[in-house]
Amino acid sequence: MSSSEQMASTSFKAPDSSSLQLNDQGKLRHFLTTDGLSKEVLTEIMDVAESFSSVSDQAVKKVPLLRGKTIVNLFFENSTRTRTTFDLAAKRLSADVINLNIATSAASKGESILDTIRNLEAMHADMFVIRHADSGAAHFIARHVAPHVSVINAGDGQHAHPTQAMLDMFTIRRVKKDFSHLKVAIIGDILHSRVARSQIHALNTLGVKEVRVIAPKTLLPSNTDALGAHVYGDLRSGLDDIDVIIMLRLQRERMGGALLPSEHEYFECFGLTEKKLAYAKPDVTVMHPGPINRGIEMDAAVADGPHSVILQQVTNGIAVRMAVMALCMGHNTAGKKS
Amino acid sequence: MDAELNAADIDGIIDSMAQQLLAKMNEKGIQDPLMIGIHTGGLWVAEKLHQRMKLTKPLGEIDISFYRDDYTRIGLNPQVKPSQIPSEVESEDIILVDDVLYTGRTIRAALNEIFDYGRANSITLAVLVDRGQRELPLQADVIGLKLDLSAQKQVKLTGPAPLALETNRN
Repeated sequence: MSSSEQMASTSFKAPDSSSLQLNDQGKLRHFLTTDGLSKEVLTEIMDVAESFSSVSDQAVKKVPLLRGKTIVNLFFENSTRTRTTFDLAAKRLSADVINLNIATSAASKGESILDTIRNLEAMHADMFVIRHADSGAAHFIARHVAPHVSVINAGDGQHAHPTQAMLDMFTIRRVKKDFSHLKVAIIGDILHSRVARSQIHALNTLGVKEVRVIAPKTLLPSNTDALGAHVYGDLRSGLDDIDVIIMLRLQRERMGGALLPSEHEYFECFGLTEKKLAYAKPDVTVMHPGPINRGIEMDAAVADGPHSVILQQVTNGIAVRMAVMALCMGHNTAGKKS
Repeated sequence: MDAELNAADIDGIIDSMAQQLLAKMNEKGIQDPLMIGIHTGGLWVAEKLHQRMKLTKPLGEIDISFYRDDYTRIGLNPQVKPSQIPSEVESEDIILVDDVLYTGRTIRAALNEIFDYGRANSITLAVLVDRGQRELPLQADVIGLKLDLSAQKQVKLTGPAPLALETNRN
């Protein structure tokens, strides 16, 4: 059976998808999705990330926590920011890191995903960080790894990107302190966005007042009731009374056909400008997971303006990824020697 | 030997530790030391020492959870707090403060963490209680109270206000 057949038979929406990532004490052992995780688990990730932030103040920006562990970044899909920050996070934990760009190696020679994993396990890998274009890829691998190995989802298809969501939650908490009074709007390509899905789960679990999505109908999933967010079709009404704006990237590489009339028209309706920013609260915070398409998703004046925390998101990504790696590896009971 | 100390007893001990530390600094010719307390109990003791010694450099605090040697056995301490050392460590004379000196593993971790901030000129170790049972070749320069307890006994400082010291059979 080829890996793609196996993957098709292993639905990522299986009922155990959230229990798969917890150990028998309910602690994080893999990090695959924010869906189904408790407020306590999400808060623990942010609290630990807060402590890892101070490692950047050290002359030697490293702690010895994962000394002697081997982390493999398996990227079946291109990425610069996510892979770089995972790489840096692992190195700041003193792990040995291997970056594999599978798009250009084994898979192109016809090796199945499981054979790739088995080979890397035979080289004593302790953790896999996986990005894959197929939804459910990280879950599939988590089900098949050796008991001492942890898996972190760095983005799977249109399903989830939990570390991006958590670095966004961490950034929101640092700026706004408390989630309970916040109204958050996510703007743009909701249909293709694994980031939006993970963010909506996390925001609702952390107890924000309201989550909105603002998008053209062609960039929304058909069943918007299941999103867990209020749907708006225009910025003027959607941005009213909003505390946090999360812009999404237009995923042109995932768009098959004519979902948009033109980028120019998209910017006219959904692009964020200083003028449209005024519809939101005066102290609104603007976020974007990057990379930004300037002049399509937002104006340069907004991206570089006083409301933007886009570069803080990048910095926070390192601490949050350190936290997730350290927590998963520490909770992996099978790795313990008694 | 059992010990149950209340806030007044501990205040007296900390007074005498401050005197000993000032004498030590004098003896070593150290003008302006940088004090660092280890989370959580060590920081409580350090706050009092810092005040009594009228030190000018702000107090630093470290949490050694990321430097512990038992991570692979017990995982990460989820109550870990950020370390904050407000000034440069490079070429500084440091006074490291902890509440209870036991195996020496916490101090080993703290020394490693401090050196990741820079090459200190010197480090002086002050502890409220030395309860014995060392597993590493480390000793304190200034000791508030020396107890000789078996490994079955546990010493715990509770606080921050009021500070109290309890020993009990575990």
